[in-house]
Amino acid sequence: MRSYTLGLPSWTPHRPGQHYDLRLTAADGYSVQRSYSIASGPEKEGAIEVTVERVVDGEVSPFLHDVAVVGDRIEVRGPIGGYFVWETTLGGPLLLVAGGSGIVPLMAMIRHRAATASRVPTRLLYSSRAPDDIIYANELRDLAARADGLEVIHTLTRSQPAGWTGYARRIDDAMLADVRRALGDAPLVYICGPTPLVEGAANGLVRIGVPAQRIRTERFGPSGK
Amino acid sequence: MKEPTTDDRTLDANAVAGMLEELFGVDMTVADSKCAACGREGEVGTLLAYTMAPGVVLRCPACSTVMLRMVETPRGMLVEARGLAYVRIAR
Repeated sequence: MRSYTLGLPSWTPHRPGQHYDLRLTAADGYSVQRSYSIASGPEKEGAIEVTVERVVDGEVSPFLHDVAVVGDRIEVRGPIGGYFVWETTLGGPLLLVAGGSGIVPLMAMIRHRAATASRVPTRLLYSSRAPDDIIYANELRDLAARADGLEVIHTLTRSQPAGWTGYARRIDDAMLADVRRALGDAPLVYICGPTPLVEGAANGLVRIGVPAQRIRTERFGPSGK
Repeated sequence: MKEPTTDDRTLDANAVAGMLEELFGVDMTVADSKCAACGREGEVGTLLAYTMAPGVVLRCPACSTVMLRMVETPRGMLVEARGLAYVRIAR
């Protein structure tokens, strides 16, 4: 997992949750394209940050991880997609559910929320395998420490540090009910992660009474490992 | 009504937003759509996307009917939309 900052000659502010398509073209004209969620908020001017997981057998992510160097030029198209988007004007309360690298577009929302001094009650439920797999761990801890209405709740599904008192299992209905309780009956929900996690969480939230039209999902496909 | 079959490669139509925008010239993920088979209405971004094939298939999340197929062919982009009753693009 690595974060890249792309300077954009013709930058336009994106909406948190949107993505860019990155296209690589070989000398023989073969070209391949992948979508990457923007991790930065629109308040970062002139550039975007994307966080890319190296996919074994991938075509774009191995290039970014192994070949690309600072200063390389890369063809991009965006910002794209107005569906999986949250801005402070959409209000809350906000429930964000992330699995693994699904945190990336939700991070753009969290950074936007912080940069605009929003106090929309927000809870992030973030599922990772192990402590080392938590992306943005320090930044999330610092943002939560501002006590401005953001709470970060981790679940560690495979290994936990000594003395861990948090969740240590996959997301289930009981966990969703616990996390949602402080946000009332109908929070605005954004779920992003591997497809099975997204579907499990979305169906679970509907089962515990969250209106389906308040839930937006972004399936990432198979998980990386 | 047939429940859609999803597996871990199922994506949201949001994943193909760039391709749709190239085709229609606007962001289609927030356009309203209606399934020609079951009548479900919802934003295009709520449709299920299958991309692990030559081309892209969008299915209704309620009844799994194929609503839109887009395939790059030697003679151009083929778009088949029999399963789509309408799309409404806000302006």
